[in-house]
Amino acid sequence: MKKKLLFFATILIIIITITSSCKKSVTGRTDNAPALNPANEDVNAGSWKTVLLKRPDTFAVAAPAATNSTGYVAELNEIKGYQKNLSSEDLSAIKYWSAGGVLRWNEMMRELVEKYNLAPYQNADGTYPIPSSANPFAYPLFPFANPPYAARAFAYISAAQYDALVACWYYKNLYNRPRPYQVDSLIQANVPKTTLASYPSEEAVLAGVTAEMMKLLFPDEIANIQQKLEEQELATIESGSATRSDINAGEALGRQVAQAFTARARTDKAGASVGTPAIWQNFVTTTEARNETPWYSLETPARPPMLPLFGNVTPFLFDSATVVALRPGPPPSTSSSDMKQEVQAAYDQIKNPTREQIRIVQYWADGIGTYTPPGHWNAIAAEDFILQNYSEVRWARNFALLNMALMDAGIVCWNTKYYYFNPRPTQINANIKTLTGIPNFPSYVSGHSSFSEAASTILGYLLPSNASKYEAMSQEAAKSRFISGIHTQNDCNVGLQVGKSVGNYAVARAQADGAD
Amino acid sequence: MHFVNRYKQKLLLIISVCFLIPFASKSQTDIDAIMMAKNNFCVGGMYGQSSWKNYWEGTFKRNNQNIGTVSTKMVSLMGNYGISNRLNVIVGAPYVWTHATAGTLHGIKGIQDLSLWLKWMPVEQKLGSGIFSVYTIGGFSTPLTNYIADYLPLSIGLHSTTFSGRLMADYQVDNWFATASGTYTYRNDITTDRTSYYTTEQVISNKIDMPDVFSYNFRAGYRSDRFIAEAVFDKMITLGGFDIRKNDMPFPSNKMIAEMLGVNGKYNFPWVAGLSLTGGASYTLHGRNVGQATMFNIGVFYILDFSKKAKSSSKTSKTN
Repeated sequence: MKKKLLFFATILIIIITITSSCKKSVTGRTDNAPALNPANEDVNAGSWKTVLLKRPDTFAVAAPAATNSTGYVAELNEIKGYQKNLSSEDLSAIKYWSAGGVLRWNEMMRELVEKYNLAPYQNADGTYPIPSSANPFAYPLFPFANPPYAARAFAYISAAQYDALVACWYYKNLYNRPRPYQVDSLIQANVPKTTLASYPSEEAVLAGVTAEMMKLLFPDEIANIQQKLEEQELATIESGSATRSDINAGEALGRQVAQAFTARARTDKAGASVGTPAIWQNFVTTTEARNETPWYSLETPARPPMLPLFGNVTPFLFDSATVVALRPGPPPSTSSSDMKQEVQAAYDQIKNPTREQIRIVQYWADGIGTYTPPGHWNAIAAEDFILQNYSEVRWARNFALLNMALMDAGIVCWNTKYYYFNPRPTQINANIKTLTGIPNFPSYVSGHSSFSEAASTILGYLLPSNASKYEAMSQEAAKSRFISGIHTQNDCNVGLQVGKSVGNYAVARAQADGAD
Repeated sequence: MHFVNRYKQKLLLIISVCFLIPFASKSQTDIDAIMMAKNNFCVGGMYGQSSWKNYWEGTFKRNNQNIGTVSTKMVSLMGNYGISNRLNVIVGAPYVWTHATAGTLHGIKGIQDLSLWLKWMPVEQKLGSGIFSVYTIGGFSTPLTNYIADYLPLSIGLHSTTFSGRLMADYQVDNWFATASGTYTYRNDITTDRTSYYTTEQVISNKIDMPDVFSYNFRAGYRSDRFIAEAVFDKMITLGGFDIRKNDMPFPSNKMIAEMLGVNGKYNFPWVAGLSLTGGASYTLHGRNVGQATMFNIGVFYILDFSKKAKSSSKTSKTN
């Protein structure tokens, strides 16, 4: 009997332990981000320096109807109709989007990169299919959102959002239409009230510009993105902060601005960055002609190098001649004793990894199926921006600066990688095992280091109190590639220098764009 | 009680299924219909290994020349103590190391999880010409070190604290037996070193919800005082989880299914009372998001008798 009691007591203890330590519902860190309630509305943002638009009024937005017109009154009635029957889904959509359209669209972009960041599976004959924008739904799905692709996608979306919001702010000031809840006291404000004018709606500008850019960048997702656009626009109307005409004018403006960026994207040479078998072979030939060991793919079957001509893509912050000027000098010769030492150091580092070493590597790995290093820095920035109480237009401006820096760092880095076509440490010493997947492109200079230092430099300018934190993170990201066996120390050191130079161009732009 | 004595020295341990990730330390005394007698302590060590070349990426079966054959090897210490003839406590803890024969990924090694089982036999009675018994088993496992979980397929475990409940029935006629059991395992969420990850959607957290697991197990064969030989079928399914996408890496909260068929044996040495040798092998027939593992194991066990009877009789060869 005693034993039965003991047994049941033990079972009881186990059940109590289960129920007390039950941890089954993971919540995202930004799920409950607070509603935007900016201390500074940046009312003069209509005069900030745009990226691509010549003027904030390049695209005309017609004057809105007067707030006493019958059409406008009907729009107010539409809002009242919605507000009478808000479901819990409606309220959670309002809450979700109230944290800011730039934040939420940036999170969605990161999610799309994660979804599409998968290298194609090989054909039966050992070759690899290449994703095609002409047939995006066939396997392999278009795009393969690898780090350079992602960097460019983030940059285009962010820069387009920024230009579109500058234009939006310009028209807001020009027409100065009040918010629905200011016109009619029966309309509730389900988000913090603002003194910023209502027309055109900044939420709809963001939805329109982003949805339109997606047609180029993630064509398989147009239908899903359209749903998100409708959700954001409906949430904005239901929140009482915009009418149907505010929304329509905003979406149309956003889409027009996006088309300007789409036109640039079609001619920025990214489309040719995959190269051809002849071009891939030429890297080998020219490297051998310099008496250097050329890089080769460590994958089986051998995979063509990742976007070898991405280094020719037109940057945002400087011209293509500057890309060449920013390209660092060569790494130690593959036959030199310096290189031998570098590779030996990589091997010594990886032989017996510690748990802390593994943690650092995994924290920064950002490999297949993730949002890549550019996405990681977007996530870092987003969580810090949430604390800053920014206006939408400042959110967009800061992301545009960050992402243009990341894309341009990617361009200079890729240009360098394929100029020297330098092998990975593991290629030189096969005993070097790696703590994360080995990337399928040349070693020198480190992409993580270039991306991270560019990001850290511009973020440190935007949030000076965090500057030392960002610098420490960038250093750790660079180090993670050395201690994972992916890179030599020199790859990382020079990568950091590349990132710094590019980041400084973003800082120079930030100092001159009228926002600071 | 005399039935129990018949089984007194019968103890069989095999390692359990090894998936893309090994659930390596699961000693199977918790899943057989054999009890240690009161105040008997069975202690032993095992070596086990699991390896696979083919795996299921969702439902797509493939190999991967960038990992070659993945092997998980383990040595494990185990003990089973008879609190009473009807109540046993079982513990185990393994040291695990992983290796991939191709590609560049670095293997991992370390101490994995502590497992603890309480096994109770509330029913043992004659039924027809045989003996029918029922067992309820409660299990608990928790990581002993902070090893990395989110490094599949080369992590040494999933680093989840788990709680299991099992109901098992056994029927034996003469020396022939059949056993069936079903197990529900609750798995606590785990932490990854990353700050965000993708399942079928983005999760902006370093916490991973682990789907619970249901498994069932059938075993049948022959058991006598001298030896045991049995065939085993085992199926496990996670209750939730998601498929590995084409050419993606596996993830701890994947949907995992595995059907395994195997054989086990045990031999009690006649010249040393209480000393036994165990061995087993199994093969994964079908799976989802797991490797098609072939496993084998071998173990040596020794029973220390702390009952009064043992103290009065002076046995000599009890050092093991």
